Amino acid sequence: MSDMGETHGLEGPEDSEASEVPAAPRRVIGTPPPSPPLLGSGDGERGRTPAAGAGAAGAEVAVPGHAETMPTEPDYPVRAKNAERLIAAAFILAFIAGCGFIAAYVGLEVHSVDAVLRSNLALGLSLTVALFALGFGALIWVRQVMPDYEMVEERHSMRSTDAERASFQEYFEEGTAASQFKRPLIRRTLLLATLPLAVIPIVILRDLGPLPGTSLRHTVWSPGRRLLVYGTNQPLTPAEFSTPGSAITIVPEGFTDNPDALAKATVTLIRFVPGQLHVPTRYAGDTLIGTMNWTVDNIVAYSRICTHVGCPVGLYEQTTHHLLCPCHQSTFDASSGATVVFGPAPRPLPQLPLTTDAQGYLVAKSDFTQPVGPSFWERG
Amino acid sequence: MSEDVNVPTALRGVGGWLDDRFHGARGVRVLMRKVFPDHWSFLLGEIALWSFVILLLTGTFLSLFFVPSMSEVVYHGSYVKLDGIRMSEAYQSTLNISFDVRGGLLMRQIHHWAADLFMAALTIHMLRIFFTGAYRKPREVNWLIGIALFSLGLVEGLFGYSLPDDQLSGAGLRIFEGVLQGIPIVGTYLAFFLFGGPYPGNSIVPRMYIIHVLLIPGLILALITAHLFIMVHQKHTQMPGLGNTEKNVVGQPFFPYFIAKGTAWFFFIFGALALLATFAQINPIWLYGPYTPVAISSASQPDFYMGILEGALRVMPAWEINFLGHTLSLSVLIPFAVPLGIILGGAAFWPFFEQWATGDKSYHNVLDRPRNAPIRTATGMAAVTFYGVLWAEGANDVIADKLQIPLYTITWIARVLVFVGPAVAFIVTRRICLGLQRKDKALLEHGLETGIIRQLPHGEFIEVERPLDEEERAPLEAKKVPALMPAPGSEDENGVPAPESRGVLGRARTIANRAFAETVVLEADGHGNGHGDGHGNGHGPEAAGEEHAAVGPSGTPAELPGGDDADEDSSGS
Repeated sequence: MSDMGETHGLEGPEDSEASEVPAAPRRVIGTPPPSPPLLGSGDGERGRTPAAGAGAAGAEVAVPGHAETMPTEPDYPVRAKNAERLIAAAFILAFIAGCGFIAAYVGLEVHSVDAVLRSNLALGLSLTVALFALGFGALIWVRQVMPDYEMVEERHSMRSTDAERASFQEYFEEGTAASQFKRPLIRRTLLLATLPLAVIPIVILRDLGPLPGTSLRHTVWSPGRRLLVYGTNQPLTPAEFSTPGSAITIVPEGFTDNPDALAKATVTLIRFVPGQLHVPTRYAGDTLIGTMNWTVDNIVAYSRICTHVGCPVGLYEQTTHHLLCPCHQSTFDASSGATVVFGPAPRPLPQLPLTTDAQGYLVAKSDFTQPVGPSFWERG
Repeated sequence: MSEDVNVPTALRGVGGWLDDRFHGARGVRVLMRKVFPDHWSFLLGEIALWSFVILLLTGTFLSLFFVPSMSEVVYHGSYVKLDGIRMSEAYQSTLNISFDVRGGLLMRQIHHWAADLFMAALTIHMLRIFFTGAYRKPREVNWLIGIALFSLGLVEGLFGYSLPDDQLSGAGLRIFEGVLQGIPIVGTYLAFFLFGGPYPGNSIVPRMYIIHVLLIPGLILALITAHLFIMVHQKHTQMPGLGNTEKNVVGQPFFPYFIAKGTAWFFFIFGALALLATFAQINPIWLYGPYTPVAISSASQPDFYMGILEGALRVMPAWEINFLGHTLSLSVLIPFAVPLGIILGGAAFWPFFEQWATGDKSYHNVLDRPRNAPIRTATGMAAVTFYGVLWAEGANDVIADKLQIPLYTITWIARVLVFVGPAVAFIVTRRICLGLQRKDKALLEHGLETGIIRQLPHGEFIEVERPLDEEERAPLEAKKVPALMPAPGSEDENGVPAPESRGVLGRARTIANRAFAETVVLEADGHGNGHGDGHGNGHGPEAAGEEHAAVGPSGTPAELPGGDDADEDSSGS
C-alpha cells in the first residue's frame, strides 16, 4: 500500500485518456486500456481502480469488469528487465539444485551415522536452495515485473435482504407443511428409531480393551519373588548390596521383559547407613503400622512409579535421601517412608515388603499393600 | 514487445471444455479477481496453511516406511549402538527411516519442524486475530473453527511425536495415561480402552497411528476448507487506512498477484523447514533409545505446544480429595483441564462476551488497532502472560539448571506469577493502550514533531510541527469506540431504570460496558481541521497530573448500534 504513490503517476495518464470506447471483449495489448467515462473515479482514490459501483451512479452495473483497467506492463520497464534476468537466474539455480538433490539421492549411500550425516546435508542443502530460489524468483517476479496494482472490491452485507429472508421462510414453511412432519406418530417413532443407532458407535467400542477390574491394585510381586537388578537381571543378596547410600533399580523375577508388568512393579532399592532410616509407617486399612520389618539390613524398597502421573521416579540424591521424579519434580523423602516433600504427587511411594529367601537372596514378602502409580477414581 | 499474453490455444481449449461442463467462466473470474489486502500479519495464517500442506506431503512419505506395530523385535540394523537391543517395530522402523531410507531423516525432520511451525503459526495467527478484533461479527464462526483447529493440532502433535515409541515420547505417553486415569468416573475405563488394557499394552501405537494419519488430519483438512471458504465468502478484513472502509476491501487481486505471492510464500516456508531439517537436529530418537517403563531421562521436555500442560502439572501443589469414597485427583485434573480451558474456552467465549458488553451488533470489516480497544488488548495480554508463565514453568528444571536457581524456588515463583502476572499485565497493558491513544490524539491535533527549532520575532523558541497528511491521519481517525449504555442505576424521567441495567446481569453489563467504552476522546471536530483548531478548548489541561482528564467514556449515551443490519461506514465522515 505504501507503494501506491509510485503507481499514481503511471495510471494518471490512462485516466486522462478516458474515451468513449466501450470495453472490448479482448483488448489489443499495448494500447491504453479503455477507461469508462462515467465510472472513472474523479475523486483521485490514490490511483486505485474502482470496481463496479464505486460511484452511486454505477450501482446498477451488473458486470463489474467494465469499470476496470489492470495495467499490463511493468511500472518500470528497465527495472523489470533486470529483474527478469534475476528471476531467470534464480529459476536456473533452482533447476541446478533440484538436479543436485537427485544426484545426491543416487550418489550418496546411507546405512551408517556418518553416511546419513553426509546424505542429509547434501539432500537438505540442495532442497533448501531449490525451494528458496523458486520462492525468491516468484517474489521478485510479482514485485518487480508485475505492475503494482491494487483494486477496490465492494463489500456487501452478509445479511440477506428482508425480501430474501421472507421468501426463504415462506418456502421453508411450505416445505415443512408439505413434509407432514407435524404428524407426531412419525416424528416420535423416527426419534425412537435413531436412538439406538446413535448409541451403537459407542457400544461397539466396548471391545477396545478389557475392563480395569482390580488390576490397578495389584502388581506381579508375590511372596518369595526374587528382586533382580535391572539390566543384569541377577538376584541380589543384602551383602552384595552393601554400599550405604546407593540406590538401584529392581525388576521382578520372571517379568524382566514384560512392559505391562514393569510399568507397575519396578522398584527402587536403597541401602541406608544404619540409623539414618527412620521407621517408615504405612496405613494398612485405617491403622498406622510401622514397616521397619519390611526392610532387610537397612535396605528399603519403594515403588519406582510416581504417584502423580506414573513417571519413573528416576533421580536419587544421596545426601538428602530425596527421590525426585524428573517429569514434574515430585520429591519424596526415602529416609522416612518416601513421604512427599515437594511437588504435585499426592501420596508417598508405596513400599514393597522385603525379606530374604533360603538362598539369602532378597525377595518380596508380599505384593504392595497399596495401589502403585497414579490415582484413579476407584482407588478410594 | 507484448504479444506474449496470448493464451495458448490448447489452454483455451481446456478452458472451453471445462466451461461447457461447469459453467465456470463467471465464477472463476470472480475468484481470480478476489481481493487480498496486503499486510504482513495476514501471512501468519498462511504459514499454518502451508505448514499443513508440507505435513501432508512429508507425512505421506513417512507412512510408506513406518510400521505402526508394538511387536517386539531385536535390532540388528545400521545404527550399531543399539545392536541387539529389544524394541518395538515402530521404533525399529523409525530407526530405519532415519538410517536406511535415503532422505528419510530429512523428511522426518521436516515433518517434525513443520508440526512445530504449524502450531506456532496457528498460535500467532490467533493472537493477531484477537488483538485486531478480526473475530467480530460476521467472523465469529471462523474464530471458533480456528480454536477447534488449534485443539486438534495439539492432539495431532502429541500422537505424532509419540508414534516412534522412543524413551522420551514414552514418558509423555505415560503422563497422558496417568492424566486419563485421573478423570472421574470414566478415567480408568478410558485408559484401559485406549491402551487396550494395562499400560503400555501393545495397541496404543497402531491406534494412535490411524488417528494421527487419518482421523485428525481429515478433520483438520475439513475445518481448514471450511475456514477458507468462509473467509473467501465473507471477504478479508483490512487494516484501517485511507480509502479502507467497512464497505470495501482494498488490495491486490488473486490472479495474478496473490497466486504468485502465495506460491512464493509456500516455497519460502518449505525452504526454511528444509534448512532447519538440514542443520537443526530435531527428535533424535536413536539417542533416547526404545521405550521401557523402567527408565526415564532427566530434563524431559515435550514439544513446545505441550509446554503449558506440562507446566501446569509442575506448578500444581499436591491436592487430592476423597469424594464419597472415590479418589478425586485434583493435582492432575486441574492442570489438565483448567489452563487450556481458560484460554481456549475463554477465547471461544470472548466474541460473544464483547458483543454483550458493548452492545455492538454491527459488522466489522476494518480492524481495530490494539491500542484502541484497551480492555480487549489487556485481556489478551493477561492470557498471554498466564500461558507464558505456565509454559516457562514447563521447563523449570532446565531453567534451574541453566540459571542456577533452586528448582523449588522457580516453582514457587511460578505459583505466584500465574496469578499475579496476568493481573499486572492487564493493568499495565490497559495503561499503555490509553497512553498510545493519547499519543495518537497529540499527533492528530499537533502533528509530527519535526525537531526543527525556530525562534519567533519576540524571542520565543518553538518546535515546528508538521501536520499529518491525509494518509497518515486515516488509520488514527478510524478509531471506533463502543457506544455507552445508560449508567448503572440510572432512571428515566418516570423513575424507571433503563432496561439494560436491570438486575444483577444488567448491572454487570453496564459496568463492563463502561470499561469497554473508556477511551481518549478525539476532538469532536478534529477531522479535517488539521492542526490549527486543536488548541485551546476541546481537550483537557495538558498538565501531567491530569492524565485522566482526557480519558472518559466516549461521547454521549447513544442508542446502541442498530440490529443485525447495521452496516455502517466507519470512515464516511
